[in-house]
Amino acid sequence: MIEFDGIRKRFGGHAVIDGLSLRVDDGEFFVLVGPSGSGKSTLLRMVNRLVLPDEGTIRVDGEDVASVPVERLRRGIGYAIQSVGLFPHRTVAENIATVPRLLGWSKEAIRDRVDELLALLRLDEPGMASRYPRTLSGGQQQRVGVARALAARPRIVLMDEPFGALDPLTRESLQASLKAIQRETKTTILFVTHDMDEAFGLGDRVALMLDGRLVQTGTPSELIREPVNDRVRDFVGGARARLRELALHRVRERMHRGGVADGEAVDADATLQDALGAMLMQGRERLPVSEGGHAVGTIDLADMVERRR
Amino acid sequence: MKAVLPAIALALLLMAMPHAGGWFHAWMPELSHPLYTRTSFVALTASHVALVLSATVLSTVVGLSLGILATRPAGRSLLPTVRAVAVIGQTFPPVAVLAIAVPLLGFGAAPTFVALALYGVLPVLGQTVAGLDAVSPAALHAADGMGYGRWRRLLDVELPLAAGPIMAGVRLSAIVSVGTATIGSAVGATTLGSPIVEGLVGNNTAYVVQGALLVGALALTVDGVLGVVERKIRRGV
Repeated sequence: MIEFDGIRKRFGGHAVIDGLSLRVDDGEFFVLVGPSGSGKSTLLRMVNRLVLPDEGTIRVDGEDVASVPVERLRRGIGYAIQSVGLFPHRTVAENIATVPRLLGWSKEAIRDRVDELLALLRLDEPGMASRYPRTLSGGQQQRVGVARALAARPRIVLMDEPFGALDPLTRESLQASLKAIQRETKTTILFVTHDMDEAFGLGDRVALMLDGRLVQTGTPSELIREPVNDRVRDFVGGARARLRELALHRVRERMHRGGVADGEAVDADATLQDALGAMLMQGRERLPVSEGGHAVGTIDLADMVERRR
Repeated sequence: MKAVLPAIALALLLMAMPHAGGWFHAWMPELSHPLYTRTSFVALTASHVALVLSATVLSTVVGLSLGILATRPAGRSLLPTVRAVAVIGQTFPPVAVLAIAVPLLGFGAAPTFVALALYGVLPVLGQTVAGLDAVSPAALHAADGMGYGRWRRLLDVELPLAAGPIMAGVRLSAIVSVGTATIGSAVGATTLGSPIVEGLVGNNTAYVVQGALLVGALALTVDGVLGVVERKIRRGV
């Protein structure tokens, strides 16, 4: 659990964070989203004391971060950044082992954990462990960066636009990996991004930050359906946000069991966005739905629209 | 190869020189003593190397320490001063340093050692600062975020990443010292400069040639050996 309480920070007379309070629950994937300069990275860095607040306190699991020795605090919190920052003179395995080594884990424990993470982040092609960072692609480097952040099984992981510099395909694949790992391990993740699709795709809850304040905090659906003001509506994307919302729902939720239809089937676990795409591509308003390769029902174009109550 | 060939040349010269009296006599028949014999060439080389080595070690310790100090957050403000002092030090000709050092330290190896050590600091200092400044800011930021302490970060991350440039500075410092040490013989240090100085004073060109050949081969050898070390370090980075 991470609690921010009355945080203020000024840089050169300008308030970067202006009286902000926020609670991130245990096991939650929490995304701070906002434009550049909104103060979201500054807020994130206060958790591991890379930045100190002028006013207010931050508690991690109830303990004021200012009262914990800074090195112990940081070793207990995972940290991944956009520029990755792998150590160029260390191999992939050595990079991943950074924090366990600082914590003095045994050689065997470190080796086992590194192997586990290489598999978890799909870095398991032969010889990967002993390669140097400069021989890796951008996506692979960030996979190593994420593995390094998770290495010591921290209860909390901070991520500062970790996928911002990657191409869309690589980004989606890493987002999927991260989301799956987070569900599995119940790690609390505080994630910063300026990309709304990324925020809605990953976050259990999302907080929109503008000019050092939290404008709205809620589930992705809440931000899309009930924006508190026009600025939120603009930032979320107005009517277009509804297309984004389609990515939050599965075909399974809206399908009609038992029906049959012509055309190429969509999977019941695909998102509504995928289904709509398939309809546009096939030129049909109704598609069959399959589950494990078997046809189980249909979905209609009209199912995309949820009627207002 | 860059290290092996000069080393072989140096070894061959050291073995052949004591027996080359006849050859130098044939070349310069007017000289009554065509071969330098006051001290053996092996002893001159050994003493030359010892002087250069000890001065380079001291320069490296001082240059590295100042470079580290000047790149710490607390020492940043010192950087311009440190650089200025080192540059001013470099503009004094070695002979002037010797001239000042002799009245203080007397004749012999001591003033030469001081001059060499002083001279060697700047390349090491410059390269240490450049190397540490060039370490990827992302790697440093990540290191901080993961809980490296200041010293641990220096030892585990910064110095290994700056080792290549630092070694280049050490190498430059050593090569300059090999050449400069010859001047030390003018104030009584025993180096390969002894035959050169004595040859110049006594109008004995053969002595000058003998000393110069050995100093040249020694400089190439030192350059080659330290170059191998440097490449080995850089490959790991």
